[in-house]
Amino acid sequence: MGKNFAGLMAGLIFGIGLTISQMTNPAKVLGFLNILGNWDPSLALVMGGAMAVATLGYFLVWKRKSPVFGDHFHVPTNNRIDSPLVIGAMMFGAGWGLVGLCPGPAIAGLAIGGWQIWVFLAAMLTGMAVHEGAKRANLLP
Amino acid sequence: MENFTPFSALAGGSLIGLSAVLLMAMTGRVAGISGILSNVVLGAPGERLWRLLFVLGLILGPIMVRILSSEPLPFEITSSFPLLLGGGLLVGVGTRLGSGCTSGHGVCGLSRFSVRSLVSVVTFIGVGMITVTVLRLLAGG
Repeated sequence: MGKNFAGLMAGLIFGIGLTISQMTNPAKVLGFLNILGNWDPSLALVMGGAMAVATLGYFLVWKRKSPVFGDHFHVPTNNRIDSPLVIGAMMFGAGWGLVGLCPGPAIAGLAIGGWQIWVFLAAMLTGMAVHEGAKRANLLP
Repeated sequence: MENFTPFSALAGGSLIGLSAVLLMAMTGRVAGISGILSNVVLGAPGERLWRLLFVLGLILGPIMVRILSSEPLPFEITSSFPLLLGGGLLVGVGTRLGSGCTSGHGVCGLSRFSVRSLVSVVTFIGVGMITVTVLRLLAGG
């Protein structure tokens, strides 16, 4: 119960943050990626602001032994720099640059954006399913 | 750089950081949107509902801002239908293959000083910038 409420609250705050910072607007995101053109550095400050709060917040939260609703913290332990990491990031970067949407804004934009969001989101979910299918068929390293 | 909006970027970014800290404190989980989204379906049975509610909150947050805001929220997307499809597929496969996106690797990963996340972020921002620049040159701008 508490865990579910926390999930809803965290999603709400995340969505409000994305909207206030205009990261739900693909043109704004493309403005950041347009480094050789009319560059808009805003996205760097969104990430910087988020990191400043999260770095301090994580430091304080991890002084506890466990989260409020759970046995332990689930922090990724994999440190390998491998080809799936780099190839995946390259594919993601290419798709991000083609449209100006990443997974958060693609969901947050559903109710405030145009029909294009639905096309992008359907394709993105298909891509995730394709990856899962390839993984289950042992086609991935 | 006349599009630069440093204050709303920092304010929105801080809220995104706050959301990540809240989720870690309550559920012990990283606020990575691509991971949360796919684990609505793929996660352990008791770990699906909070993720679904997070996604719901992510959709409701922007709606709340729009109701409270006096001005319409900017949303501008110019990608053609094939670009929306291709971009969505690349983002879907890429974020799963590379284990994260702007939130999981960007905000959460960098905030816990993960080298793996740093490699991912530098790669997807770099490829995103190259993609936007190439698209712009092809369009003759």
